[in-house]
Amino acid sequence: MTITSILRLVGWRLLAGVGVLWGAATLTFLVLHFTPGDPAQAIVGGENAAPTPEVIAQVTAEYGLDQPWYLQYLDHLWRIVRGDLGTSYRLHTPVTQAIGEQAAATVELALAAAVIGLALALAVAVATAKRRRWIRGLAAGSELVVASTPTFWLGIVLLTVFSFGLRLFPATGSHGLASLVLPALALALPIAGVLGHVLREALEEVLDEPFIVSARTRGLADLTVRLRHALRHALMPLVTMTGYWVGALLGGAVITETLFTRQGIGRLLISAVNAKDLPVVLGVVLLSAWIYVLVNLVVDLLYLAIDPRLRPVAGVRPVAKGVS
Amino acid sequence: MKRPGVYLAAAVLVLLVLAAVAPHLFTAQDPLAVDSARTLKPPGAGHLLGTDENGRDVFSRIVYGTRTSLLLGFGAIAIALTFGGLLGLAAGLGNRLVENVIMRISDIGLAFPELLLALVVITVAGGGTSNALLAIGVAGIPGYARLVRAQTLTIRGSSYVEAAHALGLSAPRVVFRHVLPNAVKPVLILATIGVGSALVAGSALSFLGLGTPPPEPEWGSMLSTARNFISRAWWYGVFPGAAITLTVISVTVVGRALRLRSEGKSW
Repeated sequence: MTITSILRLVGWRLLAGVGVLWGAATLTFLVLHFTPGDPAQAIVGGENAAPTPEVIAQVTAEYGLDQPWYLQYLDHLWRIVRGDLGTSYRLHTPVTQAIGEQAAATVELALAAAVIGLALALAVAVATAKRRRWIRGLAAGSELVVASTPTFWLGIVLLTVFSFGLRLFPATGSHGLASLVLPALALALPIAGVLGHVLREALEEVLDEPFIVSARTRGLADLTVRLRHALRHALMPLVTMTGYWVGALLGGAVITETLFTRQGIGRLLISAVNAKDLPVVLGVVLLSAWIYVLVNLVVDLLYLAIDPRLRPVAGVRPVAKGVS
Repeated sequence: MKRPGVYLAAAVLVLLVLAAVAPHLFTAQDPLAVDSARTLKPPGAGHLLGTDENGRDVFSRIVYGTRTSLLLGFGAIAIALTFGGLLGLAAGLGNRLVENVIMRISDIGLAFPELLLALVVITVAGGGTSNALLAIGVAGIPGYARLVRAQTLTIRGSSYVEAAHALGLSAPRVVFRHVLPNAVKPVLILATIGVGSALVAGSALSFLGLGTPPPEPEWGSMLSTARNFISRAWWYGVFPGAAITLTVISVTVVGRALRLRSEGKSW
């Protein structure tokens, strides 16, 4: 394994990521360009505004709406490269500013849910894989129920029991740790169900491998075998599913923030959808695509760290991961 | 009877389909009948699962909502499967250029979380049941394109397709008689499980106020209103969501059993 071959691999992954980003930016241009209605009208305040022809002409010139489409497309790409996602039709502020103001609350929620979901999945899988029949049955059953429960209903049930029933946590708001508990749980549990299921099945497969038997014959304790030898291998399918759970976290944040009346990008997105505020909608969606690409890039590099078999050997093509 | 759970799940699905087709068989109450004297009544005689803020019967609204909710799940998957399937088939059978163009575009589609992609469609096309169905269907296309392509590639390299070519069968005949039927089955089985998540996504849009509008009964839209009455009427928020969860569990259990059976494993 040489440094250059690793660098080349990383370079290709980066290039593929940039390709997807470019495609995503193009998609947002197509949506903006082909949505029925006059963009100049939308910029000055939507269907109900009655701007003078002069104002329309001014906006048209300012946003380059009278330019041929390919110039508008290049301008669109150039703006995005410079970090300019346009101006909100509704708020009349830059989209990046609108998103920036809401970002912290959503990051807090998503991180809390990711940590809870992953910890639960790991704990249940390590504790129950290859145990007695009824324990495995119980784990599989709970995973199925939790994974099938929609976040918005789980949230309502949690609110019913813990907020209005036992009065342990506040029902709304985004201030302090107490207001984070129920939303993070509602977001985390369905994801934990899916991840736990995948992890447990992988762990059960790994625990049958000869190297596990050999570790056990060396007299290692059961928990040590599970944590130090089996888990490393069982983590692979979980890493493969990163796309799934990043998407689930981002999509779920929209629902969780609405249900718990929390601040955040999800709430911003829903009010933008309702107001047909396309620049904000497309800005949030583009941002989520960037996060997806970035996370996948990190995951691809993590693969190389976790599994030495994937590292390129001089003169040998690296093994492709999964079905591409 | 190896797994009673699978039969139970199948029975629930049969009941759900029956409720979608003929809801009046399950309840005599009108799901839209307002009764201002009996608002937010707890479950009891007369109203099995209680009443909502307009005095409408929650049970009959859940029963009548089955049709719309199932339609969202199955309809969206049908759209995703049809268009994703055609694209995947074209990518799996076409030349490298066709394959690369289709797969790179689906890579871009996959970078967007499905719910967010659906929200873009809603922003452009507007809300409502049929647009929600369309939005979730469109958001699912890249995933199925990828799935069907992988399946097509496996089958294209198989010995029986090679044999069919060697026997001198024409290319379209090989595709439609040998590749397509064998690619469809495993994908259909995976799509069964997909119906569950499409149903959840559909009712999520209704919950966000962008899918089925009130007063038409739909599970997600019921929860959207119930949200405002959690402190006073637990039954209103609990039962419609239980219907969603039960449906998703049943679909998943049946789908998994079908998959295990098609792989020749015991279920």
